[in-house]
Amino acid sequence: MGEWSSRVIPIVRGLCLLYVTHKYLGTTVVTYGPSMLPTLGITGNVLLMERISTRTGKLRPGDVVFFRSPENPRRVVCKRLVGMEGDQVTYVVDPKNSDKCNAIVVQKGHVWVEGDNIYNTKDSRNFGAVPYGLVEGKAFWTLLPRKDFGSLAPKPK
Amino acid sequence: MGTPSVLWNVAKKCFTVGVISLTVSDLFSSIVPVRGASMSPTFNPKTNSLLESLSDDRVLVEKLCLSNYKFSHGDVIVFCSPDNHKEKHIKRIVGLPGDWVGTIYDVVHIPEGHCWVEGDNLASSLDSRSFGPVPLGLVKGRVTHILWPPNRVSSVERKTSRNRVSPS
Repeated sequence: MGEWSSRVIPIVRGLCLLYVTHKYLGTTVVTYGPSMLPTLGITGNVLLMERISTRTGKLRPGDVVFFRSPENPRRVVCKRLVGMEGDQVTYVVDPKNSDKCNAIVVQKGHVWVEGDNIYNTKDSRNFGAVPYGLVEGKAFWTLLPRKDFGSLAPKPK
Repeated sequence: MGTPSVLWNVAKKCFTVGVISLTVSDLFSSIVPVRGASMSPTFNPKTNSLLESLSDDRVLVEKLCLSNYKFSHGDVIVFCSPDNHKEKHIKRIVGLPGDWVGTIYDVVHIPEGHCWVEGDNLASSLDSRSFGPVPLGLVKGRVTHILWPPNRVSSVERKTSRNRVSPS
């Protein structure tokens, strides 16, 4: 009994430590889809996500963030943070069809996110400001593809 | 020779216990105190302002429901407030995605991925009637049992009110 537990407990401790790191510190994420072109490619990027900025409230407009989709709680979505609570955000409502702009003030406890590829993205312009509680973490480093290795590009003008 | 290795062993044991209990409380279930009277008489039926933190109900919150986010009408859930992510609320699910819920002023359609929550004590409850449908991603667990006080230990039943909600 004694030696069985002395072998199992370090394994259990190691797995729990992995889980705690994944949930509270950071993890790697694979992204895919066209909504963040040209910053992130269609075929997929491997990014490092950290959760400390989210917990300490150090997110700033311009950060690439991951959040649980308000339309499907089982999906985690990657977009760029454009406005924090209280900010005024101006956005093009439907870039493919018209130039009409709309300006809103981000409500308390929410953030406004937009994809870099405004022609092919579902973001706050579709589902509104996202409650801060849905934000999972901030992407701070690209691992793959090799040519993009390093910190992420700022929002293209 | 004796003291540093004893200290190290104690620290290692504390670390092991801490990490394992954090994982269990995040993935399986945890025990949470219920503050306020918004869920009276299900939780905190008597508001006693003198001894509030001692007489608050303590409930068991299970986290296994977060693997597929499938809830039923009448479930009591714990969720982060949409207005302040640091606060957590405990309310009952009255409407699921696709339902139409009747409030005093109009009828609201619950969008995909959201739910409508209300407290059992409608007179003193800050819920979806104020802040609208809540995204299911904000849900942190489901309340299954009351564990304290000992004379009210029981499981928490689903309570539905069919007259205000029409399903999708």
